[in-house]
Amino acid sequence: MQREAVLNTLVFLALPAVAVIALVLDEPFAITLATRAAILALAAVGLNLALGLGGLVSLGHAVFFGLGGYAMGILASHAQSYAPLDLGLFVIEGTKSMPVIWLTAVFVSALAALLIGLLALRTAGVYFIMITLAFGQMFYYFNISWPAYGGEDGLSIYVRNSFPGLNTLDPIQFFGLVFAVLAVVLLIMGRIERSPFGLALGTARQNAARAETVGLSPFHLRLVAFVISGAVTGLAGALFADLNRFVSPTMFSWQMSGEFIVFIVLGGIGRLFGPVVGACLFVLLEHLLSGVSEFWLIYLGAILLFVVLFARGGVIGALAGRGAHHG
Amino acid sequence: MTTLLLIEQVLNGLQSGIMLFLMAAGLTLIFGVMGLINLAHGSLYMIGAFAAAAVAGATGSFVLALGASLIAAAAAGAIIEIGVIRRLYERDHLDQVLATFALILILSEGTRWAFGSFPLYLDVPAALAGPVTLPGGIQYPAYRLLIIGVGLVIAVGLFLLIARTRIGIQIRAGESDREMIAALGVDISKLYTLIFALGAALAGLAGALVGAIQSVQVGMGEPVLILAFVVIVIGGIGSIKGALVGALLVGLTDTLGGVLLPLALSGVMDASAATSVGSALASMSIYILMALVLIFRPTGLYGTA
Repeated sequence: MQREAVLNTLVFLALPAVAVIALVLDEPFAITLATRAAILALAAVGLNLALGLGGLVSLGHAVFFGLGGYAMGILASHAQSYAPLDLGLFVIEGTKSMPVIWLTAVFVSALAALLIGLLALRTAGVYFIMITLAFGQMFYYFNISWPAYGGEDGLSIYVRNSFPGLNTLDPIQFFGLVFAVLAVVLLIMGRIERSPFGLALGTARQNAARAETVGLSPFHLRLVAFVISGAVTGLAGALFADLNRFVSPTMFSWQMSGEFIVFIVLGGIGRLFGPVVGACLFVLLEHLLSGVSEFWLIYLGAILLFVVLFARGGVIGALAGRGAHHG
Repeated sequence: MTTLLLIEQVLNGLQSGIMLFLMAAGLTLIFGVMGLINLAHGSLYMIGAFAAAAVAGATGSFVLALGASLIAAAAAGAIIEIGVIRRLYERDHLDQVLATFALILILSEGTRWAFGSFPLYLDVPAALAGPVTLPGGIQYPAYRLLIIGVGLVIAVGLFLLIARTRIGIQIRAGESDREMIAALGVDISKLYTLIFALGAALAGLAGALVGAIQSVQVGMGEPVLILAFVVIVIGGIGSIKGALVGALLVGLTDTLGGVLLPLALSGVMDASAATSVGSALASMSIYILMALVLIFRPTGLYGTA
């Protein structure tokens, strides 16, 4: 446990260290890379609650990522055009305020996770994987064929949304904000893991029948985990959209869902910091390998295949040893 | 809408459903017998299409192209099974998802490296390029009719293979108790390679047949793969009959929804809104169908347990 804790601290401090060094060397692109890594890490931290602790292999978490992104895109585009969003029953004003957008993103993706979870959690195993994948595809095609917000072309937001007291257009300030969100979410996730709910969820993963005999309801535990997980990934989606100032249906694509799982497994499944390590490693590999070859995904595929077949604990597992694995 | 147009759309739906069946049959066999979820099945579809386009480009023969798609996809399937998939049977579903996701990356980018990013075109043979007149005066493309015919023949062949042959007995035995048939002297790893290659060949053939209607490009397999998953969820995992019924349901819903929904909505709203809302709803229709099946039969129409 000791080695893993040291490793976690090092990893966690590496991100702001990179950002600060980049600031000193005046390399804003490196700050943007670090921000991207932190946001993708956040999305995977969300998935990790369902996948690592709950054992729910969701291949549809891009739904929540995309919904968070579009929550930002739709609210900001209405603020941009000064035209309120008329929903028939009530009218919503557009907004450029990040806290409001975040709350909307969390609420919308939690609601979607509840609906998808109610259906998908009626099944298990391979069915669950296929159904989450299919729902992801449903949102993807819906967004492509829905013309109101750019359809297939996506939607551009010209100015990054605002956060009280910060200049979010400054890369390092935006990075600081994203990193603070990641830190808070990691803290909460750590609490959830050790809470009675987290322990019950882990029990339901390891032995659902035993969980039921002691009076727990695996279905409800998993549903709650799925909803929290979706909400966190939705929040990451809103931040990702703000980073790029652009949303498009690719945020809903199944490759996105696949990449989130890749982050978790690259880092080490079932570990709090696994997704953070995995996402940083992925962004780093993407940056380095895409400079080497146009076909860098072949190398990524080979690395991934190697990790799955031969190094199952991921990077943290390899460095910290198997003993610390709580699964 | 005239009845003629409706019949034409029903035929289109049948055609896409039959092609989905070729994909879903392989997937459901592989899952039923080996318990493996194979995301790379779409890559085998793509390999079949590229092999067909390459051979058709070199020789000009469509029949040779179809043969090449079968052989290339079956060979790729056998190599993948022996090299990678074999190590995954005892692993959990997460490992299977990840390893086959990695295979997609490798196969897609490898194909892009070999053939480039531009789509290839596979021409429908001249003899089948025109329309034929069906009873009732319906004009319908001969090639699409051929696809429906080929698909039905393969479906019947697959049913006979599984119900009437020695290999079929072994496949069914493998589905219910793999340890027992290994104990009875069946070489189980050879059987698995054979089933995987058979599923791959069906996917490759579907890729080549559809490639002549659409374009042949990297990434063409994954949307079809996900549709095939919907088919399997609707039909029930492991059931060939379920795959056939599910594939036809999905093909018809998808095709007819795209035509009928905008038309139905144009009664209640203006034309452009009806088109956009209708097509958006139509894109969701098969998933709504899947959700309905899940609510009433969580294990699919023909699924057990």
